[in-house]
Amino acid sequence: MSIFKGSLLAAGAFALSTGVAAAQTTVKWLHLEVNPAQIKIWEEVARDFEAKNPGTKVEMQFLENESYKAKLPTLLQSNDRPHIIYSWAGGVLKAQIEAGVLQDITAQIADIKDTIAPAALAAFTRDGKTYGLPFAQSQVGFIYNKELMAKGGVDGTTIKTWDDLLGAVKKLKAAGVTPLTVGGGDKWPLHFYWTYLAVRQGGKAALEAALAGKDGGFESETYQKAGEYMKQLVDLQPFQNGFLGFKNPQSTGFFGDGKAAMSLVISTVYHQQKALAANKVGIPDDKLGFFDFPTVPGGKGAASDTLGGINGWLITKGAPKAAVDFVKHFVSKDVQSRLAGANFLIPVVKGADAGIGNAFMRNVAQNLARSGYHQNFYDQDLGPSVGRVVNDATAELAGGSMTPKQVAKAVQDAWKQGN
Amino acid sequence: MNSPAIRRAAASGQLTAVVLFLPPALLLFTLFVVLPVGEAAWYSVYNWNGFGRPSNWIGLDNYRYVFETRAFGLALRNNFLIIAVSLAIQLPLAMTLAILLAEKFRGAVALRMLFFLPYVLAEVATGLIFSFVYDGDYGLVAAIWRFFGAEPPHLLASTQTSMLAILIVIVWKYFGFHMMLFIAALQGQDRNLVEAARIDGASRWQALRHVTLPLLYPTIRLSVFFAVVGSLQLFDLVMPLTRGGPADSSQTMVSFLYSHGVMRMRIGYGSAIGVILFLICVTFAATYKRWFMRDD
Repeated sequence: MSIFKGSLLAAGAFALSTGVAAAQTTVKWLHLEVNPAQIKIWEEVARDFEAKNPGTKVEMQFLENESYKAKLPTLLQSNDRPHIIYSWAGGVLKAQIEAGVLQDITAQIADIKDTIAPAALAAFTRDGKTYGLPFAQSQVGFIYNKELMAKGGVDGTTIKTWDDLLGAVKKLKAAGVTPLTVGGGDKWPLHFYWTYLAVRQGGKAALEAALAGKDGGFESETYQKAGEYMKQLVDLQPFQNGFLGFKNPQSTGFFGDGKAAMSLVISTVYHQQKALAANKVGIPDDKLGFFDFPTVPGGKGAASDTLGGINGWLITKGAPKAAVDFVKHFVSKDVQSRLAGANFLIPVVKGADAGIGNAFMRNVAQNLARSGYHQNFYDQDLGPSVGRVVNDATAELAGGSMTPKQVAKAVQDAWKQGN
Repeated sequence: MNSPAIRRAAASGQLTAVVLFLPPALLLFTLFVVLPVGEAAWYSVYNWNGFGRPSNWIGLDNYRYVFETRAFGLALRNNFLIIAVSLAIQLPLAMTLAILLAEKFRGAVALRMLFFLPYVLAEVATGLIFSFVYDGDYGLVAAIWRFFGAEPPHLLASTQTSMLAILIVIVWKYFGFHMMLFIAALQGQDRNLVEAARIDGASRWQALRHVTLPLLYPTIRLSVFFAVVGSLQLFDLVMPLTRGGPADSSQTMVSFLYSHGVMRMRIGYGSAIGVILFLICVTFAATYKRWFMRDD
């Protein structure tokens, strides 16, 4: 028995020593990207890194967006967890930090800290400790089809206020053009309306007050107003027929096919509307416009405030040092410029935006650079439980089954239950 | 323990059988049924997001929250709707077809195959196929509506029609399975009984009504049982079609559990739904067996 045990130990030691001799470290990198063109660049980045760091292997793992969210808690607590995971920051990140499943990498990234946009880095930092690095930002805004807008006699560049937008919708409807397309079946595309209206109405202070439970929390005047403005739009029936059944890619394709004049989207839709159009061409650059979310009368938020996403890579507990090195490589100016040059993202590294290839993305980058207050998506920022209620309730407001008052109350109730 | 009984059992070899065959089954049952249910019951009294160990004890609040959620009522209503449609439409349809197709005639086997095919399809594939069929812009339904010059509806996008659309798919998918149950039962029946009745002067209808149908009762009870259990488990058909929406109008108990518990990282709340679902299942299974299947 003891001989058997001894030989086992020896075998184990042998396996370990050979492992060290070959110095083979595998970095497991879990991503959600579905665009083959972008994945191709990412793979090249990984191979680059392997070439520069002999003995390191980067293994790409993929999960679909929704299944990733469902699986993550289990995944992170298993022994076989990936070393690098995708993150939208916000409430989910907070839960992960509190659970102690992430690694504090503050010391390791001290040397590159200053190259990254402070607001983006702050999203992955809590109590002075950094748990990951941002690699992209995005802005929510209206994309529009210039041809269809012209049919309704509307100029997208003149839409500055909420009333301008309502007027444009009326004109487009009168001309027989579908004013807006939205992936209402996925719900979150509808939450952009309500949350962006809240950003315009109340600014940063309103959300902070709501989180602190002041002025009735999410039942404050800001959120009531946001709901009422959204209802004004909904009452015009501006969306495509059956919008509550459309998934987001379907709606993006609908826009790409030239069937609706406008859509409130994340800036990355610039690419997706092409890929998801029936003819794979979509709306060409010269016919595609973009305008910022309109302002509301008496709103406390600045017109330059933005709603959008901050995407990053988190390092999980127990990950090898090489994982941090790889993420640092990923957000190096070189790689960021390359991805920005191919118009895949708005970079977070200073100076990398010089490489942005076209006017559309450059405009978004400028907006983000000018923004004094960049609000992360509510459904990420508030965490999954409250965030999904925001999505649900705003979808119901759009469907006419909830009033603005009920929406505000539903969100506030969820907030109270969760905290 | 009284020893004579054990001795008797040992003598007949029963004890050996029990010692040999019970532990594996008991172990598996404990591991995969009793423990998870117990765990869910434990989680359900905590406010827990799935990370670390549950520590925030909130008593029965999760249950209160579940009962206060409007989606819970809708899910329950939809489960009852599915059962009602299964009983009122699917079962008679399956039985009629079975009685017709149990006879031997040219094409009977081909027709049986045809009706059974939907059941063979994976649920998710079925859901995807029907999401195309129901599509209000490009789908088959839209094409039919346009043929009659009407504005095509978006069945899956309206709170009024989403559940109707799903019910149609359910009947389409499962009637073949129930038909097969009835065909198997009919073929197992002693044909002499019907023949005897006919010789005694019973009409075809009377023979069907008084001989064939009573002999089918055990199968009917089984079919109802499957319909109810199927309704309580329905999930993978709903997800690709509507994900329970719009506005939770097509939520079933399980899709409600998934979208409100798992996707929101509210494991405690989700577990409370799980426990409620478990209690419904157990109550149903026990009473059904006691009242309706005791002779089988």
